[in-house]
Amino acid sequence: MASTKHNLQPEKWVDLHGDYLFHYTHSRISDREMAKDLVQETFFSALQAASNFQGKSNERTWLTAILKRKIIDYYRKINSKKGKAEVYMSFYEEGDKKGKWIEECVPQNWRNEADSTIENDELRKIIDLCIDYLPDRYAIIFKMRTLQNIQTDEICKELEISTSNLWVIIHRARMQLRQCLEENWFNK
Amino acid sequence: MSKFMISCDEATTISDKNQYVEATFWERIRLGFHLMMCKSCRVYDEQNVIVTKIIDQKIKDNSSEVKDLTSNEKSVIQDNIDTKL
Repeated sequence: MASTKHNLQPEKWVDLHGDYLFHYTHSRISDREMAKDLVQETFFSALQAASNFQGKSNERTWLTAILKRKIIDYYRKINSKKGKAEVYMSFYEEGDKKGKWIEECVPQNWRNEADSTIENDELRKIIDLCIDYLPDRYAIIFKMRTLQNIQTDEICKELEISTSNLWVIIHRARMQLRQCLEENWFNK
Repeated sequence: MSKFMISCDEATTISDKNQYVEATFWERIRLGFHLMMCKSCRVYDEQNVIVTKIIDQKIKDNSSEVKDLTSNEKSVIQDNIDTKL
């Protein structure tokens, strides 16, 4: 707040923004060491890009924007390690039944729905697993929109996709997540 | 998308959009109408709310469990910056 608008103060970065940036990262990436590294890398990248800083936003906003990119790159990296599974379809894609549920994909009633409210380590592990299990392309966009809470138009601009394309991808990701939770938690 | 009757695929897409409060007024009308007639999508829509809650809880838990950087870790990071200044 007190920092002047057009000047960066790298010698105070950790004091001023370290906690904020680390918190931002670690709440989105569970690996603590990795989160710390990303914060460090963010500062390095910021130094390199310092001449581009125009003072249009404040220092923290600017650093956070750089950090966001780092997190996306990290998501990309871990996802590409897993190979490219395709998401399965839950609806008929053509013919008379186009757009209708494929019978074995119809959502089943959940037997222990009440268990969703508890603060349960087990459930958290399962949701992490289910998110991890999403194929590449779906995972990146789902995480950007849902975990990072980046706005839709920003993601579309960034990844050069249309809004309807984004929703198709999020739709398929959430279909798979729901089914994954059903199979591994609710109706296990 | 001017039609009023939508498929299950479209209905559940709107349900997903709705989780981010981005479904338009007319989309919500069409969804509501579809849900009146379609039990499978009704189940999906109800479970979708639960999925959203679980994810929100996960994000909250993650952020409340964050232990701040130690002063030691901080000074290492700042030192690394300083060497590049």
